[in-house]
Amino acid sequence: MTQLLAVAIDGVIYASWLFIIALGLTLIYGVMKILNLAHGSLYALGAYAAASLVGYWLSAGGSPYASYGLLAAAALVVGLVTGPLIERGLLKHLYGRDEIVLILVTYALFLILEDMIKLLWGVESYVVSEPYGLLGNMSFGPLDYPVYNAVLVVAAVVIGAAMTWGLQRTRSGRMLVAVIHDREISAAMGINVQRMYLVTFTIGAVLAAVGGALTAPTVSVVPGMGVEVIVLAFAVVVIGGLGSLPGAAVGALLVGMVRSAAVHYLPEAELFSIYAVMALVLLVRPKGLFSAAEVRRI
Amino acid sequence: MRDVTIRSLAVALALVLAAGPWLPQWALSLLTISLGKGLVVLGLLLLMRTGLVSFGQGLYYCLGAYAAGVLAQWTGLYDAVAMLVFSAIVSVLVASVLGLLLASYRGIFFAMLSLAFSMILYGLLIKMPAFGSSDGFNVVARTMLGIELAGKGGYAVLALAAVSACAAAMALHRYLGSHLGSLAPAIRDNELRVEYMGASVRGAVHLNYAIAALLAGMGGGVTALSVGHIDPEMAYWTTSGEFVFVAILSGTGSVAAPLAGSILFEWLRSYAYQYSPNTWQMVLGAAMLLIIMFLPAGLWSVLARRNKGA
Repeated sequence: MTQLLAVAIDGVIYASWLFIIALGLTLIYGVMKILNLAHGSLYALGAYAAASLVGYWLSAGGSPYASYGLLAAAALVVGLVTGPLIERGLLKHLYGRDEIVLILVTYALFLILEDMIKLLWGVESYVVSEPYGLLGNMSFGPLDYPVYNAVLVVAAVVIGAAMTWGLQRTRSGRMLVAVIHDREISAAMGINVQRMYLVTFTIGAVLAAVGGALTAPTVSVVPGMGVEVIVLAFAVVVIGGLGSLPGAAVGALLVGMVRSAAVHYLPEAELFSIYAVMALVLLVRPKGLFSAAEVRRI
Repeated sequence: MRDVTIRSLAVALALVLAAGPWLPQWALSLLTISLGKGLVVLGLLLLMRTGLVSFGQGLYYCLGAYAAGVLAQWTGLYDAVAMLVFSAIVSVLVASVLGLLLASYRGIFFAMLSLAFSMILYGLLIKMPAFGSSDGFNVVARTMLGIELAGKGGYAVLALAAVSACAAAMALHRYLGSHLGSLAPAIRDNELRVEYMGASVRGAVHLNYAIAALLAGMGGGVTALSVGHIDPEMAYWTTSGEFVFVAILSGTGSVAAPLAGSILFEWLRSYAYQYSPNTWQMVLGAAMLLIIMFLPAGLWSVLARRNKGA
C-alpha cells in the first residue's frame, strides 16, 4: 500500500516536471509545425542560468527565500532572450521547408547550444540545493517528501491552467488557435502570423527554461542534461498527440506513472518502459491520444 | 563498367586497398570507422530517396555491433566475415518485423516511431548485465576467412570494410536503377500514382527499410570490428541524429556521396575534436545550418553541378 502511494506521488511529481517541458514543445509544434530538438538545450540553459544566479545571490548573502523569485527571473530572461533570437535570426528564414528539414535545423541548433553552454559555464557541475531543502518536508502517511516538490506540481497546474485560459478566453489566444487551424485563412483575415510565430516560440522557450530553472535545485546541473530531457519530452508529446495541450497533460501523467511504477517495481525497465509506451501509442493511434481528426486538404 | 559511379567506386576501392598497408594506424581506424558509418548513411540515402527520414538508424547500427559481439563472445565463432554476415542477418530479421509496422508511417511519424524503437533498444541494453549494461563489452575478431589476424588486424578489417562498403554502394546503385528501385522517388513524389500503376507502396517501403537496416547492421558490425568495443550509446538518439546529419551533409545525389561524406565528416570531427574539444559541435552545427540554407541538396550537388558544366 505504501509502495503504491509512493508510486502515485512520485508519478505526479515526475509528470508535473515533464508537463512543463512538454507544453512548450507541443505549443511550438502545434502552431509552427516545428519539432524543436533544441528544446532540451533551452531547458539546460534555464537550469544553468538559475543555478548560477541563485548561487551568486546566496554567496552574496541574499535571503534564501528570494531565491524562488530568482529561479523564475532566470528562466524569463533566458526565454525572452533566446526565443526571439532563434525565431527571428534563424527559423524565420526557413518556414515553408519540409518538416524533416526543420527538425534538422533544430538539431544543428541543439549542437550549437550544447557547446555554447560549455563555453559559458565550463564543464564542471553546479549545485544549488538550498531552495530544495528550505521549505522543509511534508508527510503522506509514512512517506516524507520535500515541500519543494509541491511547488513543482503547483507550478505545472498553474501554467497549464493559465495556458488553457489564455488560449480559450483571450483575444490573442483565440487568434493563435485560428492560426493553428489554418495559417493562410488567418493571415487573410488580418492576423499577423509572423508575430504569432515569434510570440509562440518565445513562450515555448520560456517554458523550457522554466522547466530547467525549477529542476536546477533538485539535481546537479551538468553538461548534457538537455540531451536526455528532449527525448522524454518527445515521448510525452507524441503520446498525447503533437500540438495538443490536454494531450501533453495526459502524456506527462502516463509517462510519469509508468516510469514511477517501473522505478519502484522493476528498476531494469525504467527507460525501456517509457519508449515502449511511446511505440505502443504510435502503433495504436499514430497521431497520439488527443489528436484532432485531420482535415483533408486537396 | 561503363557506368561512371561504378567505375569511380572500383577505382576508389583499389586505391584504398593499395594504400592501406602504408597508412598509419590512426588513419587506418579513422577510415574503417568512416566506412562503417558510411554504410549506415548509404541506407539512409535509400530511405530519403523514398521520402522517409529515420531518426532511429542507431537501432540497426547498435544491433549489428551487438550481433557481431555476441557471436564472438558466446559461440566462439570469432571470424570477422562471419561476424559481419551475422550482423547483417540479425538486422534484416528485426527490420522485417518492425517494417511491417513502420511501412504505413510517413514523415514525422516515421521519424518518431523509428526513434522510439531505437530508444527501446537503448533502454534494454543499458540494464542488461549479461551484455555489460551501460559499459558494453569488448569485441575481438581473431580470424578472417580462417586466416589468423595479427594483433588488432587493422589493415585486414579496413580491407573488409572497404570491400563491403563499395560492394554495397555498387549494389545499391544498381538497385536504384532497377524497376523496383526506381519506385523510391516515385513514392516520394506521389504514392497514389504509384498505387494506380499497380505497384505496392507498402511493399516497396518495407523492402527499402529492410535494405537500409541491412546496411546499418553491417556498418555497426564494421565499427565493432574496428573499435573493438561496443556500448549502448550506439542506439542513442544522438548517434542516429549524426547519421542523418551526414546524410544531409553529403546529399543523396549519388551512392558515392554517403561514403565520401562520411570520410570527410569523421576526418573533420577528429581534427575539430583535437583542436577545440569544447566547440567542435558548434562548428558542425553551424556548418549544417549553412548547408541547409545554401546547399539544400548537400555537398555532392556542388560536385555534380561542376561536372555538368564541364
